[in-house]
Amino acid sequence: MSHEEHGHEYVPEIATSRDGKQYEVQGWQGDFYGGKLGFWLFMLTEVMMFGAMFLVLTYYFSLHHDDFIEASSDFNVFLGGTNTVVLLISALTMGLGLLKMKHGDIKGAKLMIYATMILAFAFLAIKGVEWTEDYHEGIFLGLNALQPGHPESKPLGEILFFGMYFTMTGLHGFHIIIGIGLMLWLLKRINAGKVSPHHYILYFNIALYWDLVHLVWVFVFPYFYMIGAGDISGVLNGH
Amino acid sequence: MSKSYLDAGETHCAIGHPKSVFWQWMLTVDHKRIGLMYAAVIFTFFFVAVFIGLTMRIELFAPGAQILDGDTFNQAFTLHGVIMIFLFIIPGIPAVFGNIVMPLMIGAKDVSFPRLNWFTFWLYIFGALIALSSLWTGNGFADTGWTFYAPYSLNTNTNVLTTLVAAFVLGMASILTGLNFLVTIHRLRAPGMGFFKMPLFVWGIYATAWIQLLATPVVGITLVLAILEKVFGIGIFDPAKGGDPVLFEHLFWIYSHPAVYLMILPAFGIMSEIIPTFSRREIFGYRTIALSSASIAGIGYLVWGHHLFTSGMSDLAKTIFSFLTFFVAIPTGIKFYDWVATMYKGKIVLDSPMLWALGTMVTFIIGGLTGVTIAMIGSDIHLQDTYYSVAHFHYAILGGVVFLLFAGIHYWFPLMFGKMLNEKRAKLAFWINFIGFNMLWFPMFIAGYQGMPRRYFDYLPEFQIYHQISFFGAVIFISGLLYMFYNFFDSMKNGEPSGTNPWNATTLEWHLPSSPPPLENHTKVPYVDFNPYEYKHGQPVVKFDYETMQRID
Repeated sequence: MSHEEHGHEYVPEIATSRDGKQYEVQGWQGDFYGGKLGFWLFMLTEVMMFGAMFLVLTYYFSLHHDDFIEASSDFNVFLGGTNTVVLLISALTMGLGLLKMKHGDIKGAKLMIYATMILAFAFLAIKGVEWTEDYHEGIFLGLNALQPGHPESKPLGEILFFGMYFTMTGLHGFHIIIGIGLMLWLLKRINAGKVSPHHYILYFNIALYWDLVHLVWVFVFPYFYMIGAGDISGVLNGH
Repeated sequence: MSKSYLDAGETHCAIGHPKSVFWQWMLTVDHKRIGLMYAAVIFTFFFVAVFIGLTMRIELFAPGAQILDGDTFNQAFTLHGVIMIFLFIIPGIPAVFGNIVMPLMIGAKDVSFPRLNWFTFWLYIFGALIALSSLWTGNGFADTGWTFYAPYSLNTNTNVLTTLVAAFVLGMASILTGLNFLVTIHRLRAPGMGFFKMPLFVWGIYATAWIQLLATPVVGITLVLAILEKVFGIGIFDPAKGGDPVLFEHLFWIYSHPAVYLMILPAFGIMSEIIPTFSRREIFGYRTIALSSASIAGIGYLVWGHHLFTSGMSDLAKTIFSFLTFFVAIPTGIKFYDWVATMYKGKIVLDSPMLWALGTMVTFIIGGLTGVTIAMIGSDIHLQDTYYSVAHFHYAILGGVVFLLFAGIHYWFPLMFGKMLNEKRAKLAFWINFIGFNMLWFPMFIAGYQGMPRRYFDYLPEFQIYHQISFFGAVIFISGLLYMFYNFFDSMKNGEPSGTNPWNATTLEWHLPSSPPPLENHTKVPYVDFNPYEYKHGQPVVKFDYETMQRID
C-alpha cells in the first residue's frame, strides 16, 4: 500500500500515562503491519469475488451436469497442466525472491522477480495458444456456437460452461497482467532504493498478491479441465 | 488564533504542494476535508433524488397519467433508487462521519492510508459520473428498478449497462473505504485504547467496514456477470438460455441485504454517542451495544433469502431464512433497551441532536417492527412488493439512517465548523420534518396492506386518499429539509462560536485544542485509561490539558 514519502525519517510520537509510563504511538507512516493487514483484507475481497463465481459455476454444474463434462472433455489438459506447473514455479520464484530481499541479497531478489515475470509471460502465451485454438474451433464469446438459439449453437449447458470459462480465465489473466505491471513497478522501486531489506512492505504485498493469483488458478484448473478429462462415458447420464 | 483544517494551506496533498486553494481541496488527503467533500457531494445527490421522489408523488396524486407516462415513471423510480442507494446512503455515514470523526475518536492523526482515501473519493466521483452519464446516452436511463432483476434487466433496451458499470465502480470505492477504516481501527488507536474502550460510533464503523469488505465483492462480480451477459449473451441469468434468474436475485441480495445493515450500524453508532452525552450519564450496557453491532453484521449476512419468499425457494430454506431474520431483531432490541436504560434517571438535555435521536427512536421502531412482520413467510406473501414494504423500508432507512445522519450533523456541527447551530430553528426544522415524514409514509402502510403495489404509476380510485395524504406529507417534509439546510448554511456563516466542547461530551473528538480542529488533530496523542462515557453528577469525569493532553482531573 502507499507510503507517503517524507524528506525526513518519521519519528513516532510518545504518549505518557498518568503514572509516567511512556508508550510509542503507532502513526500511519511506516506501519509495516498495517500495510500487511490492509493487503490481506484486500485479498479477502478477491476471495469473495472469485468465490461467488465458483458458486455460480457449481450451481450450473448441478443443473447441466452432462453438458459441463462434455464441454470440459474438449480441453487440452496437457496445456492447462503445463500452465499449472508454470504458475506454481512462479509462486516459488516469487517467494524465494522475497526471502533473498529479506536477507539483503538485492541482486538475487531482482533475478527472481525477472524469473517470475518470464514465467508469467509464459503462462499468458500458453493461455493465448489455447484461446486461439478455441477461437479457430468456433468457440469464443460472441461467436455463433456460443449464441443460444443460433442454428450452429452448442447445447445450453455447454454455452454456460464456456461462458464461465472465458469469464473466469479472462479475469484471472487480467490479474496476471496486473501482476506483471506490479512487478515492473517493484523493480523500479528497488532500483530507486525505496524497497530495501529494511523496507520491503511493497514486495511482501506483491508476493501475497501473486500467491492469490496462483491459488485461484489451482481451483480454476480442475474445475474446467479435469471434470471432463479421461474416459467420460462412465460419468455421463449417471447424475 | 490557531489555524484550523479549513484554512488555506492547512492541508497535506496527494500530489505536490499546490498554491491554489481550489487544488488544495481537490488533492487533499486530510480525512476531515475528504469527509466534508463527501458530505457536499452526497447531499447534492440526496436533494436531486428527493425532487425525483416529489415528481413521482405529483404523478400519483390522482389515478391515471398526470405528468409522466409509464415508461418515464419506471425510469424515475430507478433513478431515485440508484441515486439514493448507491450515491447517497451507502457512502453516507461512513464516508462523512467515518472520515471526519472516527480518526479523532481514536486519537489518530489520519486514516491508515490517507492517499488511498483521496483516491477512493475520486473513484466515487468517477462512478457517480458514469451513473449520471447514462441519463444522456443510449436509450435513456435504466427502467429496471435499482435491483436490476434478471431477466428484464438483460432484455430491456434502456441504458442498464452504464448503470451496472457505475454500481461496480461505486462498489470498489465502498470496499476501499471499509478496508481503510478496518486497518485504521486496528492499528491507529491511541495507546491504552483497547477495543472495549472505543467510542461506540467506532464500533459501528468497524462492523460496517467488515460488511463493506466482505459483501460488496459478491455484488461486484454479479454485476460483471450481468454486464458480460448483456454484451456476449452467454445466458448466465437468462432462463431462455439455460440460466437462472433467481440465482441473480440470490447473488444480488447476498450483498444488498447486508448493505442495509451497513447503512444502519454507523447510524446506531451516532445514536450511542448522542444518548449518553445528552443524558449526562454513562451508557448502559456498553459491551452489549458493541457486540450487538458485531452480531448484527454477522447474522445480517445470513438473511438475504427473505427477499425471495415469492421467487421460488424450498419451504425449508424459506423457514430458515425467516427465523434467521427474526434473530436480527434481538441485538437490535438490545441496543434500544440499552439506550432507554441510559436515559433512565439521566439529566436529559433536549438539544437538537437529542431531539433527532429521540425522533428516530419512534420512526425506527415502526420501521424495524414492520420489518419483523414481513420476515414472516405468510404475511410476506401478502405484503411483498406492496406499499407496505415501501413504507417499511423508508421508515427504517430514511427514518433510521438518514434521521441519525441529520442527528450526527447537529451533534458534530460545532466540531466541523467551530460554530453553533441556531437551536431554535433546528428544533422547528425537526418538528416540520418529523410531522411531514410520518404523514408521507404512514398512509402507505395502510394502502399497501390493502393491496397497493409498488412501482405502479397508476392505481385504483380507492387508494387515492392515501396518495394524497402522502403528497401533502411530502411537501411538508421537503419544506422541513430545505429549512434545515438553510439553517446549516446560515449557521456556518453567522453561528455563535462554539468552543471545543459545547455539549459536555466525553469522547476524544471533543478534546481538541481548537474548534474547528487543526490539521493534525490532537496536539499530542493521549494515553487512554478511561471509558468513553464517564460522567459523574452530570459532569464529564475526564479532563485534559489540551496542550500536553495529560489528564488533569
